[in-house]
Amino acid sequence: MNITQILFWFLTLMALGSALMVITSKNPVYSVLFLIATFFAISGHYILLNAQFLAVVNLIVYAGAIMVLFLFVIMLMNLNTETEPQKNKWLKFAGTIAGGCLLLVMVAALKDANTKSAMVMMKEGDSGLIQNLGKTLFNQYVVPFEISSVLFLSAMVGAVVLGKKE
Amino acid sequence: MPINYYIFTALALFSIGVIGVLTRRNAIIIFMCIELMLNAVNLLLVAFSKLHLADMGNAGAKVLNNGTDAQLFVFFIMVVAAAEVTVGLAIIVMMYRNTHSVDVNFLNRLKN
Repeated sequence: MNITQILFWFLTLMALGSALMVITSKNPVYSVLFLIATFFAISGHYILLNAQFLAVVNLIVYAGAIMVLFLFVIMLMNLNTETEPQKNKWLKFAGTIAGGCLLLVMVAALKDANTKSAMVMMKEGDSGLIQNLGKTLFNQYVVPFEISSVLFLSAMVGAVVLGKKE
Repeated sequence: MPINYYIFTALALFSIGVIGVLTRRNAIIIFMCIELMLNAVNLLLVAFSKLHLADMGNAGAKVLNNGTDAQLFVFFIMVVAAAEVTVGLAIIVMMYRNTHSVDVNFLNRLKN
């Protein structure tokens, strides 16, 4: 095993373990912290795949902004104790079985796909650099870019209207 | 790495998100599980973009834009997810202000 494979398995185990801790921990604050760990692991995957711009944006937007928003809301509501009074064992059981069945079906469907020899290019290629992404973004995808700015504006106005007191 | 490893990693992350949405009753944790699912898809998109870049190097086929398209899709997914989180958390705050709870079971009185 070379260093790339070791890093891949470490980041994969970190992402999956933190994701499991997100859905199993009782305290919502711990869930947010483990979700940040998951995002860091996914950013590590992006760096390993040479998508540096996405790695940095993932850290800034997700681990920085969105998770701070989540933590702020949790602190605002004083939810840092156990907040699920209703414990339905059968609901948890059925949900886990349903999700496991989804995983099983997808793995069974994709197990025999003809991708055995397809290798992902790692540590090389410059398509993830901000120069190439910016050229494509502002040439071919400039209309979705502008539409997303309108989406942000409407989301901001919607959040203010919803959060306003009467 | 073979693409299979990335497919199964993303699949496991997505299934964990689905299990979280189905089992937890806390609205904020349901939101975080949706974020997990979006990130699983993002990881898969980036892996496929690098796969096509490798394909182009091997077969000499002309793939437009060298696989930057998928990474821009990831960028747009992040943008939409940020907008969604903003509005969703505002809705959760309003729900908490009215009911003093973020339990989604409490919302079943909407059916009357």
